[in-house]
Amino acid sequence: MTPILSVRDLKIQFGNRAVIKDLSFTVDPGDSLAIIGPNGAGKTVLLRALLGLLPYEGAIEWTPDAKLGYVPQKIAADRQLPLHINDLLEAKARLLKISARDARSVSARVGLTPELLDTSVGILSGGEFQKALIAFALLGDPNVLLFDEPTASLDELAEAHIYELVRDLQRERHMTVLLVSHDLSVVYQFATKVLCLSKGKTCFGPPREILTPETLEAVYSAPVKFYEHHHER
Amino acid sequence: MLHSGETYAVVVALLFAVAAGLVGSFALMKRMLLASDVISHVALPGLGLAFLFGFNPLIGGGATLLLGTLLIWQLQKKTGLATDAMIGVVFAASVAIGAVLTPKEDLVEALFGRFQDLSLAAFLIGIAAVLVVILVIFRFKDELILGLFAPELAAATGVKLERLNLYFLLVFSLSVLVGLRFLGALLAGALIILPATTGRRLTDDLSRFLLVSCLASVVAVGSGFAVTRYLLPQFSPGPVIVIISGILFALSLLKRPASA
Repeated sequence: MTPILSVRDLKIQFGNRAVIKDLSFTVDPGDSLAIIGPNGAGKTVLLRALLGLLPYEGAIEWTPDAKLGYVPQKIAADRQLPLHINDLLEAKARLLKISARDARSVSARVGLTPELLDTSVGILSGGEFQKALIAFALLGDPNVLLFDEPTASLDELAEAHIYELVRDLQRERHMTVLLVSHDLSVVYQFATKVLCLSKGKTCFGPPREILTPETLEAVYSAPVKFYEHHHER
Repeated sequence: MLHSGETYAVVVALLFAVAAGLVGSFALMKRMLLASDVISHVALPGLGLAFLFGFNPLIGGGATLLLGTLLIWQLQKKTGLATDAMIGVVFAASVAIGAVLTPKEDLVEALFGRFQDLSLAAFLIGIAAVLVVILVIFRFKDELILGLFAPELAAATGVKLERLNLYFLLVFSLSVLVGLRFLGALLAGALIILPATTGRRLTDDLSRFLLVSCLASVVAVGSGFAVTRYLLPQFSPGPVIVIISGILFALSLLKRPASA
């Protein structure tokens, strides 16, 4: 299978500080890649580079048919803004020259009711806001979704909903998903590949090889406890 | 009856009001409303030079405004400091230079403006400037909205944020420039600030916000001209227009806050 994404010898630096160096990995279509690592290891930086938002050295190659959707880490939405979710979705739809009907259908798909669409972004709950961001990312029919800690600010129930949604979307649309997460049990259930970033060292492979106490201790520089969940569906 | 030079001036002023309402609405959302007040002062050195050497004040004011705007944009890119900090720096220098350059007898006009008939050429230039402002805002409305909400998401959607900021600063300055004629350097920014604030007080809906801001601005300019022409001819329209805008804002306080 041709990888949808190939990264070779990637180096990203701010001033003199190299946040990421000598990083190489590939992602196949339909993969779920989890990116893990301690704070400051460059997970968000990597996602932003993959999106083309940061300068880098080395190679980041997406196949020509790759269409990216991005769900950023929780945005501190300005409560003062007189914007409704609808305004954002419609603005993106117009920029991409797709119909407003698409905006309504992705909203319905992620479970945003018409009332929510007409609510100011500043007064949405964490879960609603996250759904809005996912709807925003889905608009334009991407085949790759990049998630930066999509559930960082959510309680467990809301978190479970979001992951279920992502899994369903992935199945329905045969999507490739790149996910930054702190939650190792989520990573274990969710990922087909794991990439760990840690102070210049990296590891890459299937979860059962990476998510071992020894590797995790090396990545986080501390013993890590996590529980292996088996998801019944 | 108004004669044609007067009619031209009033028409340009009313269209300017629409542009100021629109620009002000986005400036409010970008949290850079006060910049309009300050940026108008950047015109002062140019006005001073114009009075000193006897050429058209708008050319002088426009030149230093454009120069100041580009300087602010560049400094902000180079230093990484916020726009408001850079506007502050350029503003302080401009007021000082302007105060030194402007002849004493022209200072009041430079600061507070005065009502002037417009020639046909000035009328057409004014209309063109205002239409550019309105069209640019509508053309980039969606980019601006996404940029306001989350710059990162906007960039990931393909919005060129740096260029967008420059366009916005330019139309911002252009609308200040049109207002400069009758509002003066001190008050040209006021019509960008007050009507937008009134609009925001009254609604939480984006389209209605833009509409109400424009309306508040047009009402202030229209009634300000009417009052100074028919009731209080001893006053120049600029300050009266701004006072009416202030009264409209005060009235908007009667409504409970739009977002709680």
